[in-house]
Amino acid sequence: MTDLAAFQAAFVGDLLRRPQEQPTSVRAGQPGFAVYRNTVMRACIDALAANYPTVQELLGDECFRDLARDFVHHAPPGDGVLARYGEGFASFIERTAASDLAYLAEVAELDRCWTEAHLAADDPVVSPAAIAGLAAADAGRWRLVLHPAARWRAFESRPAFTIWRRHRERLAIGDELDWKGESALLVRPGSVVSWCEIDAASVAFLAACDAERTLVEALEIATLAGDESASWLPGLLHAGAFTRLAAVGE
Amino acid sequence: MGDLGAGLGLKAEHYDEALRCRSDGLWFEVHAENYMVAGGPRRAWLRAVRRAHPLSLHGVSLSLAGAEPVDAAALAALAALVREVEPSLVSEHLAWSRFAGAYLPDLLPFPRTAEALQRICDNVARVQDAIGRTIAIENPSHYLALDGHEFDEIDFLSTLARRTGCSLLLDLNNVHVSTVNVGGSAERYVDAFPAALVSELHLAGHRPDAVHGERLLIDSHDAPVAPAVWALFDRFVARAGPRPTLIERDADVPAFAVLMAERDEAQARIREAVSLAAA
Repeated sequence: MTDLAAFQAAFVGDLLRRPQEQPTSVRAGQPGFAVYRNTVMRACIDALAANYPTVQELLGDECFRDLARDFVHHAPPGDGVLARYGEGFASFIERTAASDLAYLAEVAELDRCWTEAHLAADDPVVSPAAIAGLAAADAGRWRLVLHPAARWRAFESRPAFTIWRRHRERLAIGDELDWKGESALLVRPGSVVSWCEIDAASVAFLAACDAERTLVEALEIATLAGDESASWLPGLLHAGAFTRLAAVGE
Repeated sequence: MGDLGAGLGLKAEHYDEALRCRSDGLWFEVHAENYMVAGGPRRAWLRAVRRAHPLSLHGVSLSLAGAEPVDAAALAALAALVREVEPSLVSEHLAWSRFAGAYLPDLLPFPRTAEALQRICDNVARVQDAIGRTIAIENPSHYLALDGHEFDEIDFLSTLARRTGCSLLLDLNNVHVSTVNVGGSAERYVDAFPAALVSELHLAGHRPDAVHGERLLIDSHDAPVAPAVWALFDRFVARAGPRPTLIERDADVPAFAVLMAERDEAQARIREAVSLAAA
């Protein structure tokens, strides 16, 4: 290791040292070293708070910052774009948070979906007319390509989407919850991220499109998931879940 | 660079006012990393501001003084942003912030050795090759007395500029904060700084550390520019003439009009220096 690398390795060790651990260098005892430690930790925690606002609201600021500090030690940022810092925060919460907060990891997944949709590429949205104009015989040769901002999650047993949207939409938080599973789609066809609840057939259809199945196959898979009418398809198209039709193999 | 007078750090909450604002010499600076994303409203806002004003991209995470080469993905994202917004100025810091796959969001110090100089020269050259233009390198704030320096900071920066063709960004608040924290004379530093290499000046506020008080100043960017820092600005401009000058505010951000009043103060001092030079 070069002298510069050795210096930086020791410096990082002292920067991210937990309070109960001993510093490894004399310089870490200088008052100024705490300035770097505080700046680094505060910037990381502030970024997590900005990217997971619903988790922060649910936990309260103090509790959130304790959890975020643990996450920073576990997974510091990998690059300078802090607007996307925090990938893996939801699974970290799932592993570490108290069991009576099981929905918290799912809410964190939706905060993450919002961030990813917000920062995604600005691709166009496929026109519903393009689908309508497709001859039935051609549906086996075409597939729908997901829009880069489209994100969806299916929650098996908890109303995580309702909890999340009540915070995001500033609705009454305390209203009674129907404690059952639900699924959600987040999209950003223009400049604003929007979201809606979707059914099991839509979830199956989106996953099939993500796996590059043809339109025919994706519709069959959605039908097996419980809906033969495909009444949900116009909703997905209008929401902006897809960017274009692509020939199979493209 | 000819038309750039005093500029302002652009904060998200001020986008609409910044878009509409017109003032002699006005330009805006943003942290490049806030816009190094694939798409979405952030990039759209920045494009709109760029249509109305000259723009400066100020990087904070390239880790030029890191032991490793500049991250290729970050460099590609910066190059794409430079192509899109065609900034008037591009700058980074004499600091490091990445190590072994982790990004530590601060501008970290290092012993100014011949090895470190070679690393940062290589990294500055990589950046300049990738974006097809020279960049300016900023003197950082210091909080630690480090062992092992082989160069003083001005020699180090001058050699870096000579070897790579980069210019220098002189942050006068950092000069003040650093000399209070680790010793030296701010006036002597400003007088010795190689004026011909300076393409931009930064002005910002600082605050005393909560524990150690006035002996440890924090480069917090959460207050108006201090009188001592204005004095360093006047001192540099009297000797070297004006440069594009930025008012930075990153925390406790006041109303846009309050920041513009501070920016107008810098613009007035620049105008005065220009008219004195012409007289």
